[in-house]
Amino acid sequence: MTSSGVSELRISAGRSHRQYWQDLWSYRELFYFLAWRDILVRYKQTMIGVVWALLRPFLTMVVLSVVFGSLAKLPSEGGAPYPILVFSGMLPWQFFSNSLTGASNSLISNANLISKVYFPRLIVPTSAVIVSFVDFLVSVIILMGLMIWYNFVPSWHILTLPVFVAIAFAASMGAGLWLATLNVQYRDFRYIVPFIVQFGLYISPVGFSSSVVPEQWRWLYSLNPMVGVIDGFRWAILGGDTPLHWQGFALSTSLVLVLLGFSIHYFRAYEKTFADVI
Amino acid sequence: MSDIAIHVENLGKQYCLGHQSKEKYKSFRDEIAKGAQSIKQRILPWGDRSRKQNDHTFWALNDLSFEVKQGDRIGIIGHNGAGKSTLLKILSRITEPTKGEIRIRGKVASLLEVGTGFHPELSGRENIFLNGAILGMGKAEIAHKFDEIVAFAEVEKFLDTPVKRYSSGMYVRLAFAVAAHLEPEILVVDEVLAVGDIAFQKKCLGKMEDVGREGRTVLFVSHNMATLERLCPKALVLNHGQLMFQGAAEEGIKLYMDQFGQPNTATAKSASYSELHQMGLCEPTVELIENGKNIDLEVSVAVESQREQKGVGISIALFTQTGNRVAGIGPRLHRKMLPMFKGKLVQKFQFLAIDEKLAGGNYLISLSLRRPQVEIIVDLPYILSFNLTPKIIYPDGVPYCYRDFGTVLLKPDITISAPQQVISLV
Repeated sequence: MTSSGVSELRISAGRSHRQYWQDLWSYRELFYFLAWRDILVRYKQTMIGVVWALLRPFLTMVVLSVVFGSLAKLPSEGGAPYPILVFSGMLPWQFFSNSLTGASNSLISNANLISKVYFPRLIVPTSAVIVSFVDFLVSVIILMGLMIWYNFVPSWHILTLPVFVAIAFAASMGAGLWLATLNVQYRDFRYIVPFIVQFGLYISPVGFSSSVVPEQWRWLYSLNPMVGVIDGFRWAILGGDTPLHWQGFALSTSLVLVLLGFSIHYFRAYEKTFADVI
Repeated sequence: MSDIAIHVENLGKQYCLGHQSKEKYKSFRDEIAKGAQSIKQRILPWGDRSRKQNDHTFWALNDLSFEVKQGDRIGIIGHNGAGKSTLLKILSRITEPTKGEIRIRGKVASLLEVGTGFHPELSGRENIFLNGAILGMGKAEIAHKFDEIVAFAEVEKFLDTPVKRYSSGMYVRLAFAVAAHLEPEILVVDEVLAVGDIAFQKKCLGKMEDVGREGRTVLFVSHNMATLERLCPKALVLNHGQLMFQGAAEEGIKLYMDQFGQPNTATAKSASYSELHQMGLCEPTVELIENGKNIDLEVSVAVESQREQKGVGISIALFTQTGNRVAGIGPRLHRKMLPMFKGKLVQKFQFLAIDEKLAGGNYLISLSLRRPQVEIIVDLPYILSFNLTPKIIYPDGVPYCYRDFGTVLLKPDITISAPQQVISLV
């Protein structure tokens, strides 16, 4: 790595380094190390350790199933058991909300790093999203357990799941990067983010199926980027009894992509001032 | 051109004072309020438009240009706030300049703080990997140097203990060890060696000398002139964000000392007056008088008193630049109480005979007015300073200056040896 002596680096005002993406690549191991640190630290000095990673989503699923399924008696999709319906919505939602919380605080909680060492700053919030992704993978184990318990066999749709995971990742990165940048400048977002997460749980189809939403409101409803992601997950996991609302899905997905593009641009524009402002 | 490692041209860095000093963080509400204000100003022509931008900004670096050749070891000298750290931060790409351009050839590694990125909950082993990755090493590279790092830090036994249980010495050793095993073409080091015990400091300096010997370029910031002179043959002197000098370290240090350590004869403007006691000290001065083999130091200070008071005397103490007390004497020892008086009185002290073996360098003087064993009436810490030129001792003309011993003889008859300074590393 040290043998790249010939390359000349130019630093000047307002110039975004041409080497940025190259740097990102040469620091690729830092993605892993920062995520590794956060995961390792989380369960240090806890009694049951990693079990928390399973317990938290499981308990949330139980509560949501009881409240929406048994008490409110909302309908499931097709013949799928309600807990599986809830869990297939909760998977992407938890991933998204954990990423949002993690990423938006990541720059602030690594302030000492940012003001003392150089590396592409994009790594910090991305690592936070990766941490949530690991949680997501752990939760998938619970989903498999539920499927075995209810004797539920998914259709071929399950093979399309990686596509929806990618969209969920893009949505998490998009919102996470933007909020992380805003949080550096305005600490108000420390208080706004938990609110967004709480609010989002009710306006996204986590505890209920999108089919509950009246047709005339469908467009407005699809403006929430997580609607497309969650519907996609449901479609892939539960099988094809209910067709995907393609127009709504396309709208949500394109919003996700626009958000991601905008956020990366926004992040890159403010990145250089982080060390001075943080 | 090919042997230039760093080329800096018209570099400037501006900071906003307003935001950072008044409000620690920008808050959204304030921004909205400010936004509304600026819209109002834009729409309504009679608004206060003449708000000067200059009041809120500050140039930490201004119009700085210099070049560093490959393999140079350069010390950066300057008083607090001269822009040393800002320069290092820009060179290591932590923050970007407001204007100007830098061209750098080779990979830069910067060590601005020891232990950046250490996580207290993680073990020593885990932190080596984490810290290494943050500083830009790959996993394989760290694994390769792992044993070397551990041996350098001397923490073999505690590798699996969380670093939060480390002593601060162990912590610093481990942190430096990781950083020291980076192998960049350009190493940028801020004052980080001021921690750790003497043995470890010695080791760190040795390591940094090795780095220099291997032909790497080193930029080093320190307030410890002895260390700096030993490590770097060349120096840059910064003053208020501008380049004052570039050249031989010896010359740079001398210039810096003369400029900021104040000349041999100094009159400090500061004075201190205690309303409670209705007494004060003012007009302190210091003068060096060559006197054969010795140098006499004459300090004078005026005492003001609104009413006659008994049992008051002046104490004086001599410190090295780094704050080590070299010698001191007070009324309990010299027994020269001030006479009862009203008005102003000038009191002269003589440090008789600073002998020629006393280490050269900058010294500071503190004065205080006190009632022995009762109270300090006014205190003027580090109010005066003087510079002692080290003497060449050998009769055969080989230049050598004593650095670690020598005496200051205080009147009337007390001899106090200078403490062993950090310089004793030599």
